[in-house]
Amino acid sequence: MDQETKTNPAPMKKRRNITKTDVQQFLLRGRAFIALILVFVVFTSLTPQFLTTGNIVIMSKHVAINALLAIGMTFVILTGGIDLSVGSIVGMVAMIAGGLINEGINLPQLGIIIYPHTWMIVLLSLALGTLMGAISGFVITRFNVAPFIATLGMLYVARGIAGLRNNGYTFPNLIGRPEYGNTGFEILGAGNFLGVNYSIWLMGILTLVAYIVTTRLPFGRHVYAIGGNERAAELSGVRIARSKIIVYSISGFCSALVGLIIASQLVAAHPATGESFELNAIAAVVLGGTSLAGGRGSMGGTLIGAFVIGVLGDGLVMMGVSSFWQKVIKGAVIVLAVIIDQVQARMQERIALQEQQEMK
Amino acid sequence: MPDPTSVPGLETAAVENIILTAENITKIFPGTVALEDVSFSVRQGKVNVLIGENGAGKSTLMKILAGVERPTHGRILLDGREIQLHSPLDANRFGIGIIYQELNLCANLSVVDNIFLAREKTRSGLIAHKPQREQARELINRLEQKIDPDQLLGDLRLGEQQIVEIAKALAQDVRILIMDEPTSALSAAEVEVLFRIIRELKSRGVAIIYISHKLEELLQIGDYITILRDGRKVAEAEAKDINVPWLIEKMVGRNPANLFTRKEHQLGNVLLKVENMTMPRAGGGYLLDHVSFELREGEILGFYGLMGAGRSDLVDCLAGARPQATGRIQLNGQPVTVTTISERIESGFVLVPEDRQRYGLVQTLSVMDNMLLASLKKYLKGIFLARKEEKAATDQQIKELSVRVANPLQPITALSGGNQQKVVVGKGLLTHPKVLLLDEPTRGIDVGAKSEIFEIMNRLAAQKYGVIFVSSELKEVLAMSDRILVMSKGAITGEFSHQEATEEKLVAASAVGHGPSNGGNHHGSGN
Ligand SMILES: Nc1ncnc2c1ncn2[C@@H]1O[C@H](COP(=O)(O)OP(=O)(O)OP(=O)(O)O)[C@@H](O)[C@H]1O
Ligand SMILES: [Mg+2]
Repeated sequence: MDQETKTNPAPMKKRRNITKTDVQQFLLRGRAFIALILVFVVFTSLTPQFLTTGNIVIMSKHVAINALLAIGMTFVILTGGIDLSVGSIVGMVAMIAGGLINEGINLPQLGIIIYPHTWMIVLLSLALGTLMGAISGFVITRFNVAPFIATLGMLYVARGIAGLRNNGYTFPNLIGRPEYGNTGFEILGAGNFLGVNYSIWLMGILTLVAYIVTTRLPFGRHVYAIGGNERAAELSGVRIARSKIIVYSISGFCSALVGLIIASQLVAAHPATGESFELNAIAAVVLGGTSLAGGRGSMGGTLIGAFVIGVLGDGLVMMGVSSFWQKVIKGAVIVLAVIIDQVQARMQERIALQEQQEMK
Repeated sequence: MPDPTSVPGLETAAVENIILTAENITKIFPGTVALEDVSFSVRQGKVNVLIGENGAGKSTLMKILAGVERPTHGRILLDGREIQLHSPLDANRFGIGIIYQELNLCANLSVVDNIFLAREKTRSGLIAHKPQREQARELINRLEQKIDPDQLLGDLRLGEQQIVEIAKALAQDVRILIMDEPTSALSAAEVEVLFRIIRELKSRGVAIIYISHKLEELLQIGDYITILRDGRKVAEAEAKDINVPWLIEKMVGRNPANLFTRKEHQLGNVLLKVENMTMPRAGGGYLLDHVSFELREGEILGFYGLMGAGRSDLVDCLAGARPQATGRIQLNGQPVTVTTISERIESGFVLVPEDRQRYGLVQTLSVMDNMLLASLKKYLKGIFLARKEEKAATDQQIKELSVRVANPLQPITALSGGNQQKVVVGKGLLTHPKVLLLDEPTRGIDVGAKSEIFEIMNRLAAQKYGVIFVSSELKEVLAMSDRILVMSKGAITGEFSHQEATEEKLVAASAVGHGPSNGGNHHGSGN
């Protein structure tokens, strides 16, 4: 009896699965991927220089920035939250890091200026971004503030600090000075490993880590559970507050990383860096199939979503489409993708039923 | 008391067995005293039963023992030492597990992930998927169910979800297991399995706290019985010394003789005619397999069957909740062509769904708003809602169904489980239906409220309404129905009039298509 129930159904299912309907289902599921291929094909045929190595390198760098933010955003959205502050934290961290390089830490009481080592600056900046995220998470969990509001507040605060740091001016020329031992900041943006830019490596590594965290770690499972049914998760013993604070901290960390990369790429820090980046990140997450209600989605999807957004943006620029039309097209694509998502669910049901009629 | 000289008298023996004590617990909610100076002892290796009417405070006491709520006054002693429970995690550390009355599961996670939520098995920090899945499968087998551990929880029916909730509690190694109405969505066969498991746990010394409104069930499994009424303890007894009438007497303070009465009513013309209602199952086979039947005016038509037999699917179809179903429906001789739920409600079908939490109630709204949600159009003045009439209609339903609520503007979540159920029934009645579809309407409600709902069914039948009554409670179906249809694997496998129906016949018909011992083939292709 036991054996029968265990062994019988599984192989039956497998055999039945290799049908044309299964191919249909695959095509529907991989919609973000298909969108990506479509975007590539269209642009390649319309603009000859689209598929050149130089262009692909530039595009990947753009994609990496959005993808890194989107990874953190995915964690947040999976819990049913949202993080509007990522773009501002990018700008704030860039300004703080730029200031540390050009001006050091000024201690007038002691009459000295400390110039931290570049490594120290990178670590401090990452810690700062993580802390800003943690503060959002703390406000959300401790005082029961809606994530939209808490991170909207953080959006303004962080952007304000970015401007305050240098009275709205840019920190130019972030190359440091050999005598202070703080050179080498530009390597993060310009350096390559095996011919591939560091930012692209970071995107790959972080996606992989985030993928493992969401699929293989208890913490990842808790993130999904909170998004699915927070009360049930709590009653099961999931530490809601701690998990949420970690999630917003991750998002803050990713933002800080992006802030450093951008400042390094430009070798300058501008207070407006990262403005409206949060919207691109949210778009990538949603395009990748993650539900804004929380509890459903994947890191792989987010990565593809980031590629679609990035390639679409750069492709339109290369084709010489006006920036106004770019926005119209981008908006339409995002909404269309979500519509396809809804249609897909219904299609799958119909396909399953159709499959059965055929079997009869 | 390991004193070798003293002869262990009866007193000491009893004290020694007590593992957990709630002492003089009082719990005050804004506007309600849920518990008043209640003491409750839990004996090791025994089934400690707690009963009482809806809103008597049973779940509240359990939530206090599980660390979800904190008592206003009183102490909790474990092994004679006072303990502080600040969160469910604390209770867990002390070995206290709980199956909640309202299921607490994540619909977006798989069955395995739910079972091990917050207690994942890990190997070097990573979730060990394989051992988890194996243990989950083992637990499900122990519960004699066929649920795929990788299935999404949201795709399971309510009864199956309850099984998962039980499996989740069993997966933990607990000393004390609280079961707050674990069988409310289970049918007799599954209850038997659960009882077998409870006996196993008892023999291993686990203390069980068991809450249910099914009184026969309590006497069958219980060892010690504690009765609450209005937040106070009114009686305590050993199960072997008492019987059902005594229980009812203590619980409701009323003569139990006239609780289940069915009135003979005159049947009229054919009200509803259903032909070849069919719905395929996504995994193969049928959820509904060419179901045809008739319902007369003034008739109470009972549907009996095992979990997943298709009864809920059938009433869902009639209510318009399953657009993919095919078949013909005639109401008063006229074909029903409308397909959406709101149009079906207008033509006179209304469903009281089985899962009140997910489908019956909007958790964020008040009692009144929930009650009126399906019939808002009736309370319009111009384009505005007429607050006065809304209030009047709500108050009337609250009175007729005797819902225990301090104020209709209270949030629905402040009501006890059974009172929430009454609100769902009231919501259905306010649409003034012609055909009332009741899917397990007595789930989780006390004997008094049950008799009130039966009274309403009788009244509606006398007014020539048609009532379809889905229930897994043999006694209730037998007592209330003019005619009983039995379903198994999506098909009707038996039809009995009130006179010819017996428990044996219903059970036999409900097992058609199932192999011996509840197992058997995958889908009823043979039917
Ligand atoms: N969060 C809350 N806020 C206000 N009142 C509450 C709250 N929770 C419970 N109550 C009230 O406390 C009383 C006891 O409720 P409880 O859920 O313990 O009843 P119960 O005995 O479990 O009933 P049932 O058999 O219906 O499940 C009820 O009157 C209920 O309205
Ligand atoms: Mg209760």
